[in-house]
Amino acid sequence: MTTRIGVVTFPGTLDDQDALRAARLAGAEPVSLWHRDKDLKQVDAVVLAGGFSYGDYLRAGAISRFSPVMETIIEQAKAGMPVLGICNGFQVLTEAHLLPGAMLRNNHLHFICRDQKLRVENADTDWTVDYEQGQEIQVPLKNMDGRYVADERVLDELEAEGRVAFRYLDVNPNGSLRDIAGITNAAGNVVGLMPHPEHAVEPLVGTGRTDGLGFFTSILKKLVNA
Amino acid sequence: MTLDTVKHADETPDVEQPWQELGLKEDEYARIREILGRRPTGAELAMYSVMWSEHCSYKSSKVHLKQFGEKTPANDAMLVGIGENAGVVDVGQGYAVTFKVESHNHPSYIEPYQGAATGVGGIVRDILAMGARPVAVVDPLRFGAADHPDTKRVLPGVVAGIGGYGNCLGLPNIGGEVVFDSCYQGNPLVNAGCIGVMKHEDIHLAKASGPGNKVILYGARTGGDGIGGVSVLASETFDDTKPTKRPAVQVGDPFQEKLLIECTLEIFKEKLVAGIQDLGGAGLSCATSELASAGSGGMRVELDRVHLRDATLSPEEILMSESQERMCAIVEPEHVDRFLEICEKWDVIAVVIGEVTEGERLEIFWHGEQIVDVPPRSVAHEGPTYHRPYARPEWQDALQADDANKLPRPQTGEELKDQVLKLVSSPNQASKAWITDQYDRFVQGNTVLAQPEDAGMVRIDEETNLGVAMATDGNGRYAKLDPYTGAQLALAEAYRNVAASGAKPLAISDCLNFGSPEDPAVMWQFAEATRGLADGCLQLGTPVTGGNVSLYNQTGEVAIHPTPVVAVLGVIDDVNRRTPIAFAEEGQLLYLLGDTREEFGGSAWSEVIHQHLGGLPPAVDLDREKLLGEILISASRDGMIDAAHDLSDGGLVQAVVESCLRGGTGARLVVPDGLDAFTFLFSESAGRAVVAVPRSEELRFTDMCGARGLPATRIGVVDGEEIDVQGEFSIALSELRTAHEATIPALLA
Repeated sequence: MTTRIGVVTFPGTLDDQDALRAARLAGAEPVSLWHRDKDLKQVDAVVLAGGFSYGDYLRAGAISRFSPVMETIIEQAKAGMPVLGICNGFQVLTEAHLLPGAMLRNNHLHFICRDQKLRVENADTDWTVDYEQGQEIQVPLKNMDGRYVADERVLDELEAEGRVAFRYLDVNPNGSLRDIAGITNAAGNVVGLMPHPEHAVEPLVGTGRTDGLGFFTSILKKLVNA
Repeated sequence: MTLDTVKHADETPDVEQPWQELGLKEDEYARIREILGRRPTGAELAMYSVMWSEHCSYKSSKVHLKQFGEKTPANDAMLVGIGENAGVVDVGQGYAVTFKVESHNHPSYIEPYQGAATGVGGIVRDILAMGARPVAVVDPLRFGAADHPDTKRVLPGVVAGIGGYGNCLGLPNIGGEVVFDSCYQGNPLVNAGCIGVMKHEDIHLAKASGPGNKVILYGARTGGDGIGGVSVLASETFDDTKPTKRPAVQVGDPFQEKLLIECTLEIFKEKLVAGIQDLGGAGLSCATSELASAGSGGMRVELDRVHLRDATLSPEEILMSESQERMCAIVEPEHVDRFLEICEKWDVIAVVIGEVTEGERLEIFWHGEQIVDVPPRSVAHEGPTYHRPYARPEWQDALQADDANKLPRPQTGEELKDQVLKLVSSPNQASKAWITDQYDRFVQGNTVLAQPEDAGMVRIDEETNLGVAMATDGNGRYAKLDPYTGAQLALAEAYRNVAASGAKPLAISDCLNFGSPEDPAVMWQFAEATRGLADGCLQLGTPVTGGNVSLYNQTGEVAIHPTPVVAVLGVIDDVNRRTPIAFAEEGQLLYLLGDTREEFGGSAWSEVIHQHLGGLPPAVDLDREKLLGEILISASRDGMIDAAHDLSDGGLVQAVVESCLRGGTGARLVVPDGLDAFTFLFSESAGRAVVAVPRSEELRFTDMCGARGLPATRIGVVDGEEIDVQGEFSIALSELRTAHEATIPALLA
């Protein structure tokens, strides 16, 4: 049986096609999900892709998290369904309180698009088992509101529990506290990060690297072994 | 407050009308009265005034633009030509590509962020209206001197606006230019280009045919933005209590545009539209009159049905509003319900505002009373034509006589080295990464090449790897010295850039940026540049598919350099064969293709070292450009070269520095026999490129060049961590990188 990975399209989602392609290239069956639809179409995992859902009005991710599809996703995620939030998807996950903290405007106040080096700090989550602990990968980063913040207590907790999943290397591109690029929930099924693994899955396009494919092969491995 | 109906206009022939304030000439106003057989209503006057404006009617330029049609080369690829929202070319495998560049210069000076943002929005809707999915954007930009305080106001705003809008649309920004020159102080050039892809059968045209078909306005609500001169009319004629100063610059909402794109593409997919037009300049006046004029001729519109952002707008203002993110579709009655359903799905407001009628009148009603009754062709397609006087300026001879080849040249290796560092760190030659890193180049996952590559390239079919490439180029300094040659050099450079990426150039779009057409010297520059471009396109076999003219780019008596910007579109059968600019493999051989002459007029060297502009621009040989293009494409297809970089401003040394920095490798260069080191490094002779050839391919490559008659000179090898010019100087890559990359952030960040 093929693994079905759903990708949600909110109004203003931009990287949904890329995430669907990445799922397909990893060997999964990509499934489009619609924001107004509570039905998750029996998918095994969900990706919240990048973009500017609802125009980022009010606050990035703030409106999306109230959409019908999110009701089901929040419920299922709490029950263990793997969910990956990329960029705007990460913002939605923090707004939905599936992950702690929040994203503020980049400290330099510009949109930034670059090829970003990361270290995989936790290779045990549902979305990272195909990486080595401490592996350095390079994937595109592109955002306006990417500065991860949380209070000291939460940050210490994340560190102590190994829930900092990815850290920026060489350059901290947006002023994120403790160089945090992505985090996981305690169960390891909900992961969010600002950089875009779905843009690094083919040698021909983007940066020419395929370092991001591991997110999608990880989830396949996890679900098949489950 | 009286509504100025058609009946009222008929009864009150002697009412004073503000035609002058609306920018009409006395004879133009007289002609409107003659066409209608009475005075125009306020609404009619407003429509004619905007549609007959320079921007919409091309009244000063069209006698020259005609050449693009008359000199069109035989080209089987052309599917839709000039006159539609954008031209369309066949790229094979059943795909068609539409593309266009446009200007948004004046608004971007007044309000840089919104001016630039809505420039992107407008060009994207033009592409969408052809039936295509927009797949990439490019932005050729020109600003005043890099260190001028106003540049620090205008540039960051423009860049943020392009990013803020384009990034939110999910369109990769894959190319363009950034040029600084004090001539653009007060007149920045913000040009925007877009590429769209569709299947042949999906091409849509802007025409309203079939009486009984419905006219649907959909997208954003209509507001009071972008009304410009019409507020004169609205306030003076009708209601003195209203605010008269509406913002003349439109305000964009990229989120609304993204919804409009997805919604429209879904509507296309179900084949629900008979004709479609986007709303840009001149808003509903333009859309209704152009759709009717290009179709069967009749249309009836109930203007009070238009969904408004501001309920106090007068009918004249609604007709003129340039509110963004709106489209107008012609839909057969049986498809209307489904059309509205799709709009609802995407949260896009859609309203039936009228229908196509028998006859040849455009009739507009306001709460049942008729306020417009005109023949649409007279508004949209039969505007005035000017034969403006033009004359070669008196100063042209003196400018050309001030020969850049006679400027003092560097005498020693040390001086050469110093000038190389000055060149690559000068604002025009420095890395523009600080700017382009504010644009998303990865979204959609099909970007094969993006800036700082010679051309941007996107894959359009994942199965077959079919791709398209685009480069935009223009050099106002060359065009100032000789507008005919300057326009051809812009064409040649964009053509060369596309070929260097491995794609075959197919067709062009242009954005012609000039000063005031009322100045005979400017008009001469315009006439020469269009003649040069039309002749060049004929010779290269690349037709002009459409474009845009921007005049009045001047402050007082001083015009900008004549700046024709050319966008060349190319096709590549397999994007795996693309050629990047990076020198990445040590040991590969560097070949210089083409002839190098002592040509320094208008060069980057003359600007950076001597702040000089004079002499003649490099000579153009379009047959040579064609041959060079064929060699670059063949070499890419057959795997004979691993990198290629076109030579243009800054000459060979600029290209080598960029390719080395991109690949992270050094190069050892040897000055070839017959050339001095200075000319070798800095000359800007056209028709040249530098390529990196794997040793195993050297013989095959040089044989091919020899057989085809293209000079190919071995000039060095990719090696080490410095650029070394034998017997002259060497500079560490790290030093070059700092010089090249630090300039722009230091000026603007």
